[in-house]
Amino acid sequence: MSQVLELSLTVNGERVTRRVEARQHLIDFLRLELGLTGSHTGCEHGVCGACTVRVDGRIVRGCLVLAACLEGATVETIEGVSETGEIRDLQDAFISRNAAQCGYCTPGMLMTAAELLRSNPRPAREEIREYLAGNYCRCTGYHAIVDAVEATAAARNGPRQA
Amino acid sequence: MNDSIDPGSGDRPNSYIGKSVPRPNAAKLVEGRGQYVDDILLPRLLNVAFLRSPHAHAKILNIDAGPALELPGVRRVFTGPELAEHCDPWVAVLAHFKGMKSPPQLPLPLDRTTWAGEAVAAVVADSRALAEDACARIAVSYQPLAAAVDMETALAASAPVIHPELGDNLCFQRLNEAGKVEETFASAHRVVEAVFHSGRHTGATLEPRSILADYDRAQGKLTVYHSTQAPHMMQSVFAKHLRLPEGDVRVICTDVGGSYGIKVHVYPDEVAVAVIAKLMARPIKFIADRLESFTSDIHARDHRIKARMAVDATGAIVAIDIDDLTGIGPYSVYPRTSAVEGNQVVNLVGGPYDFANFRAKTTVVFQNKTPTCQYRAVGHPIATAVTEGLVDLAAEALDLDPAEFRRRNLMRDNSYPRSSPAGMKFEALSHEQSLAKLLEMMDYAALRAEQSRLREKGVYRGIGLASFIELTNPSPFMYGVGGARISAQDGCWVRIDPDGSVLAATGVTEQGQGTEAIIRQIVAEAVGVPIDRVRVMTGDTLTTPYGGGTWACRGAGIGGEAALQAGLAVKQAALQVAAAMLQAQPDSLDLSNGEIIDKASRQARMPLAEVSRIVYFRGDTLPPDLPRELMQTRHFITKQYPFAFTNGVQASWLEVDTDTGMIRLIKHWCVEDCGRIINPMLVDEQVRGGIVQGIGGALYEHCVYSPTGQLLNASMADYLVPMAAEMPDIEVGHVETPTKESLLGAKGAGEAGTAGAPAAVMNAINDALRPFGAKVFAQPFTPERILAALGKAKAR
Repeated sequence: MSQVLELSLTVNGERVTRRVEARQHLIDFLRLELGLTGSHTGCEHGVCGACTVRVDGRIVRGCLVLAACLEGATVETIEGVSETGEIRDLQDAFISRNAAQCGYCTPGMLMTAAELLRSNPRPAREEIREYLAGNYCRCTGYHAIVDAVEATAAARNGPRQA
Repeated sequence: MNDSIDPGSGDRPNSYIGKSVPRPNAAKLVEGRGQYVDDILLPRLLNVAFLRSPHAHAKILNIDAGPALELPGVRRVFTGPELAEHCDPWVAVLAHFKGMKSPPQLPLPLDRTTWAGEAVAAVVADSRALAEDACARIAVSYQPLAAAVDMETALAASAPVIHPELGDNLCFQRLNEAGKVEETFASAHRVVEAVFHSGRHTGATLEPRSILADYDRAQGKLTVYHSTQAPHMMQSVFAKHLRLPEGDVRVICTDVGGSYGIKVHVYPDEVAVAVIAKLMARPIKFIADRLESFTSDIHARDHRIKARMAVDATGAIVAIDIDDLTGIGPYSVYPRTSAVEGNQVVNLVGGPYDFANFRAKTTVVFQNKTPTCQYRAVGHPIATAVTEGLVDLAAEALDLDPAEFRRRNLMRDNSYPRSSPAGMKFEALSHEQSLAKLLEMMDYAALRAEQSRLREKGVYRGIGLASFIELTNPSPFMYGVGGARISAQDGCWVRIDPDGSVLAATGVTEQGQGTEAIIRQIVAEAVGVPIDRVRVMTGDTLTTPYGGGTWACRGAGIGGEAALQAGLAVKQAALQVAAAMLQAQPDSLDLSNGEIIDKASRQARMPLAEVSRIVYFRGDTLPPDLPRELMQTRHFITKQYPFAFTNGVQASWLEVDTDTGMIRLIKHWCVEDCGRIINPMLVDEQVRGGIVQGIGGALYEHCVYSPTGQLLNASMADYLVPMAAEMPDIEVGHVETPTKESLLGAKGAGEAGTAGAPAAVMNAINDALRPFGAKVFAQPFTPERILAALGKAKAR
């Protein structure tokens, strides 16, 4: 049904080699082939953001990228950034502010928020809302998530000047 | 109140009730360590994909699965007749809904499909991708039939009758009437009226419906991993319809990725998965994809309400009269039924107000669209939009400020206990106090001044208010009396382990709202141990007490009270053993921070762990007749009131661009009274999430159908949901009126936000449009509809 290709890449710091179907998306590759179930499948057409992971340092939708395109790439998932401690403060802010309810959007939301804070260390609330606008959360109403990202930015870089 | 439980009493050790303690399960969720059904793999697992009907109504003449079965890795294809031999059909009616009818339903239809999206065949394959490949190779011959799509014509003589054996497309009708309606309207000072539409929308849980069923033929046991809110209900359903003893069915829910009522129903495709697992004696997984979520998850809120309100010259409401029509798809959904939403509308309309003459009729009809059923705040947002829409029209007709009109008409805080003309019984509500607090929080007068200033500059902003009531802590009067095997009681067991830590298991379940967190707080306070010494188990029919799960806002009020009583009981049991060990009287001792203490002096006598060590390992040293029961179980059910009503009020502040029809939400406020607050942060976040879900229905979400019954926007790209950029900050305040039915005093909070938000937004839009004399009453309030109201676009 589908062509099979050999693929070598780095996932969360580990070298990985697998034979993959040409049609397999990155999110299915991560979840089904590598058991990295922290990233979730939500809509499978690039709208909801639940499958957001990092490829070569930038966030992508895992459902819109074919795994076979990633020969030699570096992929990081929520499991990887949890292991390195890179976003520990952001994760702690999500816990203490209850910015995660069912938790299904949370890994993708964190990956997007982490990228925002790297590119804009002191974002305004509207900028946070705008940047997270591609990550669907049905539970929280977003207010607590915006609070948690804002608090993390303030803790890292001091409060934003009004 | 028990002397050791004094919620909100401040800094005593272990006084967790009333504090914003973070959720214990959040830590795993932020690291991606949650376990949802799709994350579970079992040996010999197979995956299912369903072939779904492209027709709203068609006869199935033939299904040719031959080419599908030729694909390597495809194991079986099942159709309706084969599964029907192994599964008894269900009929979703409730005995207390007089005259209600609905046809029998099976996992897959036998020879006729009645909505576009109904599963007609199931493919079992090694992977989901292969199963989908195989679906594409199944050839189904359909004979399309005339479809009854529009609910307005479903009862017309010319409408195709979907189930000829039922005679017509009427599912249920109810008239709820009190006082003298016609006379009151005839002699009223003023009458206002409008026709309200609440657009059909759906839950759009981020985790789609998910189920993994495994059957062990050797032991005759079915284990189902299920993304559900009600594992014990599902256990009963699987047992009954698959002809198994209840004890041979185990339902486990690990993490649930959002539910909001979507995952409390029996879906035919999910029952099919369980039947297939039983037939193949292998683990079978089904995870809905987004397209099939839109066409097969329940929809909700497809209502049209003609409504009018009569007021006297003093500005008092004297009568309300509504006529509700709702289309529910081709089947009432099992086992809660699809008549409850309409029934709630006729129970809840007018709920916050003091008036005597009331008439509300609901007509529930079958149609060839996706079935509808209970979705977060069932009926409340509809009833509240109708009531509050009429209230604002009446205020305008009398030239009264909307806040002042509400002040005059809300039930007085000192008037309880009392009933509404719709027959709802209220123990104690706080409408007046809540409104006063809301107006203060939002600085209503200043906002009105800002509104008029901006209006002069051509900026059109509006303020919308919405008072509401919310039905929580349901008793058996909701479902049990109608014959549904849905538990209104719930239980909790609490066990002290050898190291002095505490394990609690409850029948209420967790879908992210914080059930496990509040049970942990309650148990830690009741037993008298640090909160990190308590673990909570939920969502497993084999290990938790029999209960109803989490829906209709019952987790805190019902499950919480059971946990409180079980915790207090296990504390007494521990003190009895400790008293024997210390040669003291049990009532001279207490338990605090994991230590047995002298009650009078608060001096530590020994660790709780020493009590459990002796009980478990050196029971020989205790008096032979001494009870040593360090595990206690308690159950709770409400008995005095059918429901514990809560109340609240919301306000929306928004701006309408009168050239584009676009709405910008600026701020939203809510004051709600859910009785005793166990965790203020979790309550606030329930309210905020609920409000945004309500805003979704008000502004964006709409299942749009073609005249032939095709869902036209079944993707996340076309079906709009609220995203972060468009949502406002939301300020939440509280009034606490605990229920006296329980020691804990908690009522529900999860649906308050959704109940009031659409009404507040609608009233704010109409307030903004007031200078133009334009009004909108049909949700969602799209730019197109707003421009149409302004006469700048054609109404569609």
